[in-house]
This record gives sequence, structure tokens and C-alpha cells, in this order.
Amino acid sequence: MSYIPHTNADRKAMLAAIGAKSVEELFHDIPASVRFPGLDLPGPLSEPETLRELQDLAEANGHADNSLCFLGAGAYNHFIPSVVNHTILRGEFLTAYTPYQPEVSQGTLQVIYEYQSMICALTGMEVANASHYDGATSLAEAVILALNHFKLKRRKVLMCPRVHPQYRAVVRTYTQGMGLNITGDDESDLLAKDLLPLLDADTALFVVQYPNFFGGIENLKPIADAVHAAGALLCVVANPVALGLLTPPGAFGADIVVGEGQPLGVPLSYGGPYLGFFATKKDYVRKMAGRLVGETTDANGKKGYVLTLATREQHIRRDKATSNICTNQGLMAVAATVYMSVMGKQGLRRAAEVCYHRAHYAASRIAEIDGYTVLRDQPFFHEFVVQCPRPISDINADLFNEHGIIGGYDLGQDYAHLDGHMLLCVTELNTPDDIEELVEALEHLG
Amino acid sequence: MTEPLIYELSSPGRVGVSLPEPDVPLASLADLPAGLVRDLDTLDLPEVSQLDVVRHFNHLSILNHSIDRGFYPLGSCTMKYNPRLNEDTARLPGFAFSHPLQDPGTAQGNLALMYQLQEWLKEIGGFVAVTLQPAAGAHGEFTGILMMRAYHLDKGDTARKKILIPNSAHGTNPASTTMSGLEVVELPSDERGNIDLEALRKACGPDVVGLMITNPNTLGLFEEHIEQVVKLVHDCGGLVYGDGANMNAIVGVVRPGDLGFDVMHYNLHKTFSTPHGGGGPGSGPVGVSERLKDFLPAPLIGIVEEGDGDEPPLYGFVTPRKTIGRMKAFNGQFGMHVRAYTYIRVHGASGLRENSEAAVLNANYLLAKLKGTYQLAYDRVCMHEFVLEGHWADAPEVHALDISKRLMDMGPYHPPTNYFPLIVKEALMIEPTETESKEMLDAFADAMLKIAEEAHTTPQILKGAPHTTPVGRLDEVKAAKELVLCCRPIPEWAE
Repeated sequence: MSYIPHTNADRKAMLAAIGAKSVEELFHDIPASVRFPGLDLPGPLSEPETLRELQDLAEANGHADNSLCFLGAGAYNHFIPSVVNHTILRGEFLTAYTPYQPEVSQGTLQVIYEYQSMICALTGMEVANASHYDGATSLAEAVILALNHFKLKRRKVLMCPRVHPQYRAVVRTYTQGMGLNITGDDESDLLAKDLLPLLDADTALFVVQYPNFFGGIENLKPIADAVHAAGALLCVVANPVALGLLTPPGAFGADIVVGEGQPLGVPLSYGGPYLGFFATKKDYVRKMAGRLVGETTDANGKKGYVLTLATREQHIRRDKATSNICTNQGLMAVAATVYMSVMGKQGLRRAAEVCYHRAHYAASRIAEIDGYTVLRDQPFFHEFVVQCPRPISDINADLFNEHGIIGGYDLGQDYAHLDGHMLLCVTELNTPDDIEELVEALEHLG
Repeated sequence: MTEPLIYELSSPGRVGVSLPEPDVPLASLADLPAGLVRDLDTLDLPEVSQLDVVRHFNHLSILNHSIDRGFYPLGSCTMKYNPRLNEDTARLPGFAFSHPLQDPGTAQGNLALMYQLQEWLKEIGGFVAVTLQPAAGAHGEFTGILMMRAYHLDKGDTARKKILIPNSAHGTNPASTTMSGLEVVELPSDERGNIDLEALRKACGPDVVGLMITNPNTLGLFEEHIEQVVKLVHDCGGLVYGDGANMNAIVGVVRPGDLGFDVMHYNLHKTFSTPHGGGGPGSGPVGVSERLKDFLPAPLIGIVEEGDGDEPPLYGFVTPRKTIGRMKAFNGQFGMHVRAYTYIRVHGASGLRENSEAAVLNANYLLAKLKGTYQLAYDRVCMHEFVLEGHWADAPEVHALDISKRLMDMGPYHPPTNYFPLIVKEALMIEPTETESKEMLDAFADAMLKIAEEAHTTPQILKGAPHTTPVGRLDEVKAAKELVLCCRPIPEWAE
């Protein structure tokens, strides 16, 4: 199979126009000793054969469409209205490049402008960019913004232990050449407020998650006040669906709000492609990474949109750019924009409320099972921690094999003191019957 | 032709979706700390019907140029046909609804696919190991530079701080270097568009981490002295990074690993046809030589238990010994891995090589048709793309940008890449790709020739172009000055 349109006659005519005898001749600059190596790959398959092979692979997985899924921990199984997928399958969005030529890219540009506006509205912030790779890399870019804001004179980052463990790992990978002190997350049962005494004149950024990795909700107001009193910036890693129900970080004075945009209409897809959202105050816009779309007019005064402040970016500023990011998650930002449009104010609030109520109901039912204890040191949104009577890996294996249930996240992997604790998630896709099935399964497992 | 903002279609009380009731005893929102329940009035999202949404985004979509609409010869971007089969496979429920943190034992289909893709990319690039984690080309570069840095530090060599980069490189190369805490040394190009060997020889020393090189380079030219270049860098103890942005010219033609490259990123969204989506998502797997394999980001996909007869092996996550860490949450851009797997499976080795051959044939054919009329900075056989100069001494007011804008009027054509690479005056960088027919190339060449004629006879048509697009030339200075980035009022709490 090939998608090449050339006939033999075409090829002959083209070679004649070039003045070459063969296509091979065009590759004479390549050292002959390594030219045309012959690749050891399986032979080509027809389209139906390929589809069959991929179907077989896909069907070898358990997944949230044929199992009950109570797993979250940073990737969430929410309802995605059909219009989202239909829109991003339109070739005009799917097969366009980055909108460098605005006159033939107004579709993409206006969608990004609307996306930026909705992310601002959701987070309560003044500016948002056109997306990062995911929530974790958004957070890493927030750390870099803070460092640059203080011109590298402040080099400490306070990271709450209840920030997603993988996000914390990514920040450390990103900044390994920058000489930072990232601290605060070694004592793994500290809350955000417990970290405030560590704020000092060297602290550039304080990072808190809202709701945090355990699903818990902390009051951001005293945290923001203390961080600002120390002259540092506050970054909040937020769950966008939770912001349908919770007062947004912007209301408490957060300087940067980042997070994983996947809950906004993007399928689980084994971890990607997702999108990282990034919002901040206008004061910091010139230090921000990533693309930005701004409104302007054409020669006739007609409104239009363009990429703007490109002087921050790598293709103009090269080694002095705010970041190296080029390709972002454009199509996922389209998906999120369609999702936020069709859900709207009422729909997002409803989804968040259903998550909240069903999660609390599930927690109360699980708390009734002998041997299971729900930790309630903080109010929670749609995830909660359960202390279990058996190793989590055993429970999850039994849940999946005997009941077709994808169980919760094993917190002992990241937090030594939480060995035997599971993080469970309930969304609007987990019906009351599903919750009963989970409860019965756990009772049955003992 | 303009479309109002979605907020302008909004009307209080309108709802676009139907969701379930909680259907459980309600929990009290009063459990939340005071002031944490959001006042619904501040949740400033649009209120529109489902049909409003469908129409709005369809109206917007048709304002875009796209591969599906017409020719997209954007240099260095490899805008080839995006097969729809790949969209279907990526959406198979077993892939689309699997959770990144579910027990690996329940995700063996995903892991087998990722493992196989790692193996195929190793074979295609000539490397000993591949990570699928990086999310895009620039992310792959960053991964690679961090590994190069870690490699030297691991040997106790702390004196190496410099990355050598030719002046024809993509801007991401120097930017990735800075993010890694290293310094950029820019190298000149010679009169044939190659890296300047003498300058390279002088720059190579005990302070060099390595060289970043794009080959074929951004002029669309294969480095004529690539073996000497690699040897010079290796001889001073440095490593060679290959920017795989231009891999579409050389799949099955030459393997960068065989040329001695130590590390390279692949752009699945270029070479392996995953769609660009108006700016992303991409996917930037990185391949490495023996020297760097212990430094790869964690985790990789490995076989954790060998298969036996009909029993398939058990796949799982493995952590390289001296890993630089994790570059991204979860498992990379998995949906892009499915698409690339599908693409490689459909083509096989022979099909992939044919693609590269046809891409190079198309570029040389188009070059042959245009080079008498447009100046060519380096007159050599090109690879998958070439760079023309968009100016004439006898049409002094016309610039490359004018040519690009005029192309929009001439047919379903997107302009070439403008003003890059920086070393060519008024650059027009053209990459036709292998999926365009001779007829399309002929028609595009005719349009380019017509524009060259207009540049000399009626230049004002070019200066005012485009004339047929939804909006005319937009005022970018105004956009940057006024900075209107959000259409909603700033909430009170921001003050």
C-alpha cells in the first residue's frame, strides 16, 4: 500500500525534466557504504489486514469502555459529547499546520482565541496560552517563568507533597541544568499550609495542587497571602472540571494556574495526547512560554486574529527564547474549546456536582465495609483515599479479573506511609449501580 | 466572511448537553471551607445550543487552509496526506478508553504496540534504543541534550558546556540548549550549504558537549562531508545529535545511526504522517547509540517476562540505569504512537523507502521547473525540500512575503515557509512531499511563474495580496501593541 499518486509515466517525465536517469541518482550525496541499507521491517499489509491487527491489539486491553473504571490520579474518564470528536475530525482542523499565515488560518486562530478566553474564565486569570504538552510540562514551564521573573536571583521552589508525583518528577527533569533547590515534598504527609514556614527570600515559587493528588481541597487564601508576603509567586495546579464547582485560583490571587486539560473532552487514550493549560497575570505575559493569539484588524478594518508576541519564541529569539516549545497540543485545545462550549456554564457545573455527590456517596458506602477506612483529613472533590485490608495490587487484580473493575491508584508506589492505601475516583460516568458493584466486589474480596 | 465569537452567540439559560442527575443522596457542599463553592455567576462559559456549537465550529473550520483542501508545501513541516485509517485505529475503544495508570498486565495490547514501535524506530534510525516519551520534536531535542549533558557528567567531565549548532538550524535547537543549562556556539555554513568544516574543526575541543545537526539540513541539502563532521566531533570527545525534522527524505535510504549519530529525534507528525492538528499534537521519540542508552528517560517499554511457544511475552515498564528522569506525565502521546504504528505497518520497508524516494523526486521536479525564474542560493540536487530566494533586482519592492500572500489567491495553495532558514535572503522554503501528484506540482509551478511575472509587471497586485481570503493582511504590530488576548472582562478579584 502506498499513498503516492505517481504512475510510471509520471516518474519518467519527472526524471526527464530533472535530467536524472533514476531516482537513486538523486541520492548521490549520501556515502555509498551506508546508502540503501534494506530495513528489517515486516512486509506491508493491506488496509483491512492492518485494521485487523490493530483491533487485535486494542482488544487485548482492559479499558473504561468494557470495564468499570474507578481510576483517576491525573487522567479522568468523563463524558465527552459527540460533537467534540466530530469537530476535531474535520480535515480543516485536523490537517492544518500551525497558523503562521493568518489569512488562511482564521479558523484555528479564532478557536485558540476562544480557548484562551475560556481558560481565563475558568481559572479566573487574565491571560492563557495556546497549550503545552500536558499538565506536568505546563508546571515545569511555570517554574521556569518564576525563575526568569526573579532573574535567577531566587532559586528555591517549594513543592507540596500532594502535587502529582509525576509532575514533580517532570519538574526535576526539566530543571536539572538550572541549579535549583526544589524542596518541601520529602515529608510526604505535609499539607500545603505546613510548608508555609519554609518560605524565605530565596523562594521563587510555591506550588500547590487544587484539588490535590489525594482529591483533597485546601483553602488557597491563607496560602496565597503568605506566599505573597514572602515576595514569591504562587502556582496552582488545578483540575478544570473541579473549577465548575470550586472558586477559581485567580480569586485567591494565584499568579500562575496550570493543569491537565484532558478532563475537558479528551479521551484517556493511555495517557496522551492530552493538553496542558497555562494561565497567568498580564504582568507576566512576556515571560510566558508557548503560542498566544491576539485580536487585530486587516487593512480594511475587519477584525481578525494572529499569533502574537512571537519575540518570546524560539523561531525568533532562538537561544534567548522563554522556552523551546514549538509544536503544542493544538487539536486537543480545539477539543477542549468545543467541550467547554457545548457543556457551557450549566453543563460543567452539573458534571462537577454529579462527580462530587457520587464520589461522596461512594466514599460513605466503602467506609461501611469491614476493614476499609476512608481518610477524611481534608474535604474532597471526586477522589478520596481508602485504607485497605490487603495489598492494593492484589485487590486490583481481583477486581479486574473477577469483576471487570479497574480499581484505584496504589498510593504506596509514591508515598511510603500510604502503603495499603488506594486512591479512588468517581465521575459522572460512574452510575449509582456501578458504585454498588464496586462496593459488592470489595465486600466479596474482604 | 467572519464568524462571531462563541460568547456572542450565548444566551442565559441555553444548554448544549444533557447530563444525568446525581441519583444518590446528596452530600453537603457545606463541608467545603467557606468561600470555596464557586458562585455560578463567575463561571463565565458560553450558554449555547448543540446546533449553535456545530455550526460555529464548522463555520470557523472553512476559514482554514488544510492538506485536505489543497497543496501545503510548507518547508520543514512535511505536510503529507494524513491517512484516515490512522484516525480510525487511534479511536478503537481498546486504545482510546485505556487508562495510563491501569495495571500493565491489563494493557498488554498498548504495551505490545509501543514495544514494537520502539523496535521499528530503532531499525529505521539505526539506533540501539528508543524512547517514545517526548511529546514533540523540540521536546525530543531537550531530552537528547539532557542525556548528552548527563553522559559527560557521569564520566566526571564537568568542563563541557558548549553545543555547536550550524547557522541554518531550527530555532528550537539553540532554545533546547539554553533550557538544558548549556551554551550555544553557532557555526557558519560553506558556499555549498554544508556546515563549514574549518570552523567546526576550530570549535571542537574539551569544552564541547556535542553538535546538533539537521541532515538533510534546512536548505534541503545532504551534508557532503557528514562522515568527517561526525569524526571531528567524536575525536574531541563530543556527541552528535541529529534533528530528525527532515527524516522524510531518508527513510530506508540512510540510517543516521550508521553515520555515527549518537542521538536523534523522530517527528512522528512529519515523517510518519500523524496530523498536525493546527499546531499539534506531535510526537518526538528519541533514538540513541550504545553510549547513551542508560540515560534515556524513564520508563521505557520492555519485555519483563519472555514468551514461551504460543504464550506472548509480558510487556512492562523498565527504568534505564542512569535515567535523566521523566520528561512527561504518563506514557507519551500514545494516540500518535498508534497512528505511526499503523502507517509503518501499511507501508513496510519497501513502502517507506518509496515514500522518501518520491518526496525527493517531487522536490527536484518542482525545483527544476522554478529555478530558472527564482534564484537558488545553492544550486545542488536537493533532498525533500529546497529554498528559493523571493526577490529580484529588477523588482525591488517585492519581497518573499508578497509572493507568499499572492499564492493564496492563485488556487488551493498554502505559501511556503518564509524567511527561514535565516542564511538565505528572502527565503521561500518549499517541501512538496510524496503524496502530491505531478498535476498538482505543475499547477503550483505555473502559479509561481505567474507570480514572478506579476512581480515585474504589476507588483501592486502582490503588495496588496491576498485578495480572496476571508481577511486581508492583518496588522501584527497592532496585535502585539494592544495585546487583546481574551474576549472576557477581567473578573473583579483580579484587582
